[in-house]
Amino acid sequence: MHVSLTVNGRVVGGDVEARTLLVHFIRETLNLTGTHIGCESSYCGACTVLVNGVSTKSCTMLAVQAEGATITTIEGLAQNGDLHPVQEGFWERHGLQCGFCTPGMIMSAVGLLEQNNNPTEDEIRHGIEGNLCRCTGYHNIVKAIEYAAAKMRGETPAPAEWEVSV
Amino acid sequence: MSTTSVMGGVVKRREDPALIQGKGIYVDDVKAVGMLHMAFTRSPYAHARIKSIDSSMAEGMPGVVAIYTIDDVRALGPLLAQVPIGKLRPLLADGVVKHVGEAVALVVAESPAQAKDAADAIQVDYDPLKAIVDLKEAASNKVKVHEDLDSNVLHSWTYHGYWDALGLESQKPKIEAAKQREDAIVISQEMINQRLIPVAIEPRSVMAVWNGGYERFIVQSSSQIPHALSGAIAKTFGLAANAVHVVAPEVGGGFGCKLNVYNDEILACFAAKDLGRPVKWTEGRREAANSTIQGRGWVATATLVGTRDGEILGYEIEGLADMGAYTQNFTVAIPLLGLWVASGQYTFPTHFQIDCVTTHTMTTDAYRGAGRPEAIYYLERIIDMYAHEIGMDPLEVRKKNYWQPDQFPATMGCGFSLDSGNYQASVDALVEKADYAGLRAMQKAARAEGRHVGVGVSSYVEVCGFGPAVLAEIGFSWANYGLPASFNGSGLVRVNPDGTATVLIGTGPSGQGHETTWAQIVSGGLGIPMENIKVFHGDTAESPMGVGTFGSRSIAVDGAATHAATEKIRKKAAKIVAHMLEASEEDIVFADGQAHVTGSPDKSAAWADIAKAAYQAHKAPPGMESGLEAHGCFSPGNATWPFGTHLAVVEVDPETGNVTLLKYVGADDCGNVINPMIVDGQIHGGIAQGIGQALFEDSIYDDEGNCLTTSLVDYIIPTAADLPLFDLTRTVTPSPVNPLGVKGIGEAGTIASAQ
Repeated sequence: MHVSLTVNGRVVGGDVEARTLLVHFIRETLNLTGTHIGCESSYCGACTVLVNGVSTKSCTMLAVQAEGATITTIEGLAQNGDLHPVQEGFWERHGLQCGFCTPGMIMSAVGLLEQNNNPTEDEIRHGIEGNLCRCTGYHNIVKAIEYAAAKMRGETPAPAEWEVSV
Repeated sequence: MSTTSVMGGVVKRREDPALIQGKGIYVDDVKAVGMLHMAFTRSPYAHARIKSIDSSMAEGMPGVVAIYTIDDVRALGPLLAQVPIGKLRPLLADGVVKHVGEAVALVVAESPAQAKDAADAIQVDYDPLKAIVDLKEAASNKVKVHEDLDSNVLHSWTYHGYWDALGLESQKPKIEAAKQREDAIVISQEMINQRLIPVAIEPRSVMAVWNGGYERFIVQSSSQIPHALSGAIAKTFGLAANAVHVVAPEVGGGFGCKLNVYNDEILACFAAKDLGRPVKWTEGRREAANSTIQGRGWVATATLVGTRDGEILGYEIEGLADMGAYTQNFTVAIPLLGLWVASGQYTFPTHFQIDCVTTHTMTTDAYRGAGRPEAIYYLERIIDMYAHEIGMDPLEVRKKNYWQPDQFPATMGCGFSLDSGNYQASVDALVEKADYAGLRAMQKAARAEGRHVGVGVSSYVEVCGFGPAVLAEIGFSWANYGLPASFNGSGLVRVNPDGTATVLIGTGPSGQGHETTWAQIVSGGLGIPMENIKVFHGDTAESPMGVGTFGSRSIAVDGAATHAATEKIRKKAAKIVAHMLEASEEDIVFADGQAHVTGSPDKSAAWADIAKAAYQAHKAPPGMESGLEAHGCFSPGNATWPFGTHLAVVEVDPETGNVTLLKYVGADDCGNVINPMIVDGQIHGGIAQGIGQALFEDSIYDDEGNCLTTSLVDYIIPTAADLPLFDLTRTVTPSPVNPLGVKGIGEAGTIASAQ
């Protein structure tokens, strides 16, 4: 079957088996390997991308279901070399270690902040609970998203914990 | 030593720009022309005789290139193990399967789906046998797990008998005598420290290429131990050590489960060589429960003897540890790590006996903490029960029995010496950070309201920074993979002709930020700006010899080695600068990207000029060897011993049993800190995994030996919504074991928090 869609601003297409998952189409056909696969149960969220602006686990969709959709993957998030505030937040606040869950986590956070740019800690935690991280204990991921939210609101982010004398 | 504030300061990670933009390359992202894919036919039985394997239907299926069974690979021998006590794993099941998920046949096909379809079509006829899953049943030896082994108890680790050369005496008589004292009370409890599944978010993945022209393997693997994998492949295939090139690119979490050489890695090499095409395999998440090692799995009884006023007179732990069916890398040695920390931060006599028992389950091995969380769990739980019994504050009981600051280095009953410590200062820092008195008042008020709020504490020591070469005498080495019979670390520092530095290290990080921390060590030593330093690791062809990243060892061993290399460069460069500027060598200092002469601010030389002189014999001091690179090797005289005390406040819903974590505070001491941001990140992640064991995770087997928790729907690891922010504080007691004064921090959080 042929599928045609827009990924990171480019119109792309390919012939796929009907059973091909969107994540496999992204990774294998489009060679966009920043979107990762960490489980077989739609539980870990490493494959999260934006489908028509909504954060979506790309292992829960068939490629053919994305016909005509507009998709943003981690590779399409930075614009003209400028990091998205969420990417910047993850770097500034040490929101990643091994980096494997990170693309999915970032896309999920982008989806969250597009709905709510001033989330509480609790809203952040519930907003990303569909994305598993085994390295960070989520502490600095929460801080990274708070940083990004402040930037997206046009505010100065609170200083990092290590910038505050204890 | 000339240092700048870059040592000990927060530096944003060099690794991150690639990883936050999806530009990191993990093994499954790598493709090769003509690449084939592997899939396994796995056993549905925990224990069964294989009557026949019929692959005729699979052979004709689309895309199938080859099908292999044990008859094809038996000549390669079993999977190598470092501590080969017990039954080694055959590369594919040999006659009798010993655990559910054991690989019985291997299919190689043009696509992953075709390989899986064909693996499902292979017909295996089994004659089921009784599966032994329960540890006590296994230890009773009524049914043997392996017909050709004398006993299901593979080894017994005792405090006094684990190393004959130490000549240690059993402390059991002292403890027995204490039990007879009139003022003694004895608390005893059997406890389970359950099996865990590591769950690195990146599934394991390997791609092997055989370069027939050069008779050489090139292997990409998501491994914590690229050099060890290289050595094991060479030994297995009868190749020279330099005929295998292993690369561990980005590795998506390890936590010990990638500190193993696996049969799938060897089989990918075999198939690549046999078929003359690249071969790749990426593990499925559910498959991983039965193809990647698990951790923990102790059933033991802790007994504590003490007085009514909080003096602990002795402690003993006796029990069983689950090794699973086959011995892999360090399987049987894991409880030994628990033995070394069995007495925790305390002075009292200790008796330790853990019997290593084989069962018809997946192999166990090192999972974050590896023996140490188990040992600390038993110790700290029984101390809490004792404190409750005598009505004393649990922190007060602990403080009464700590080693005191003036007793270090403190030699424990197990023969090892705690390198440095100040346990009192650490617990004081915790009390202040947590407002312990305030928390107890809050708890009292909550209890009065009928709320079930608890405050728990746990003091730990960790043994890490492996390690002393002498451990090879008890089989704790890398010799069986053809590596040095030690845990040496190494680092190579090269100042390039343009004044930038290249750093090559023998570690295998999986998220620990080595590219940043090691650049700080070199920048701190040479004054070369961070942005002019690049660090490479995980590639056996370009890195110096190393044994990888595990056991919280990299900074204390490979970091110290890199520091030694940096010192060599600094001394040589000082001679060159002294020659260039006609100054005294002792007056040369390095900072801000150049060398200065003390007291003569106008005299300086940029690193690019120093390097140019170093590489041109006529500009260097007469007789000096050209070049500006140095190799450092470090073999520690002792392990390092981080420590700390953590505290958790929880509320239990008596209706549902649900536990809510209200507050978590940690006080840790890992010696000197090079990058506090990275160190705190390691503690955060470690705490989350320990909380995972305490509240969520359990690798559950049924009586037939089926692991019932293979998917992430069934095996619950903590989500963001399950955890609070962590309040951390730190004391700094430098280690005398290495020149950086560092100890290691990868596992401390897990050891502290799993109670």
